[in-house]
Amino acid sequence: MRITRNRFLRITGISALAVAGRKLARLFGGPDGAAAASPPVRWAMVIDTQKCLKKAGCVDCIAACHKVHNVPEIKDRAHEIKWVWKEPFKQAFPAQETAYTEEAYKGKPFPVLCNHCDNPPCVRVCPTKATWKREDGLVMMDWHRCIGCRYCMAACPYGSRSFNWVDPRPHLRGIDIEFPTRTKGVVEKCTFCAERLARGQAPACVQACKEQKALVFGNLADPDSDVSRLVRSRFTLRRKPGLGTNPEVYYIVG
Amino acid sequence: MRDRPLILGGLIVFLALVTFPVWYNAAAGTSSRPPQLKLPAGQKECVAPVAFMKTSHMQLLIDWREGAVRNNVRTFTAYNGKTYNVSLTNTCLDCHGVQARAGQADFCGRCHDYAGVTPKCWNCHNDRAPESSKQ
Repeated sequence: MRITRNRFLRITGISALAVAGRKLARLFGGPDGAAAASPPVRWAMVIDTQKCLKKAGCVDCIAACHKVHNVPEIKDRAHEIKWVWKEPFKQAFPAQETAYTEEAYKGKPFPVLCNHCDNPPCVRVCPTKATWKREDGLVMMDWHRCIGCRYCMAACPYGSRSFNWVDPRPHLRGIDIEFPTRTKGVVEKCTFCAERLARGQAPACVQACKEQKALVFGNLADPDSDVSRLVRSRFTLRRKPGLGTNPEVYYIVG
Repeated sequence: MRDRPLILGGLIVFLALVTFPVWYNAAAGTSSRPPQLKLPAGQKECVAPVAFMKTSHMQLLIDWREGAVRNNVRTFTAYNGKTYNVSLTNTCLDCHGVQARAGQADFCGRCHDYAGVTPKCWNCHNDRAPESSKQ
């Protein structure tokens, strides 16, 4: 196709202007413009481990979560299911251990759960989008769509996900009728109690930690929320930060 | 002409076999009536008109599922203006289970068994049948 240099430059220039103009329009104008710039809600959790470790052997958060969500109790560790559990310091924060941390935190494991990362590797690898990142920050699970390939389990660097190797129902001690169980063949994990958040309630674990109030949950996008104030005023650690997953569960370790 | 008894006999046997479903069901009392569903005692209205539910409850449930799980839409405004919580166990089975003093087997299961379909709802979603609900 024969084109003069003048005509070519004119077409290119106008196209470049059009693209730039559209980008500017989206940034300032448009309904998505303002909202896309900063999401109104970003759920996050801060765990004050000093408060948590005061009560030795406490598993209130774990018991509450597992009861409300019908998480089975399976003795065989190869088949166990856990949404929130405890890890010793070395497993929770491998990059931060010193020669003395084992002694310092002997018998004092930390509560760990799904970190609902900003950049979740599990979401990236899920072939069916049975797990996906919600706009408010939650990494959600859709058990209708999960095919049980366990790619997400391979991708998660924190071990937050559990696979139902066996039918969970025989291993349930009492069923909470309001929440479904899962079936054999799907992967499950903490969902930050999406169903409770929809009703305006705090997650079950946060509510269960009544005495120590070690678990603080809230909206990180709101500068006045408890979590915002805590992360902006205290030194916090996150699990395996060097991996680039950007976890949103912060630990105050004292 | 020799074969006439054989042919007639064969014909009678054939007719008997071909009409077997009709006379067997009539004789044995297992009829081909549509299944009787156990309806709730108090409520007269469902979340949608009965005619709609008969034809499209599957679509409604899928819409509820996608809405609740994937889009966090957990309330449903019905045709009569009432709002319902989007939940199979807590809304549908509240009437069709608890208030009917039955479970999914006496409502959902009746038609599904008759039609020979096995939707896999109840592997995960909890039934509200009186004997099966343990607290």
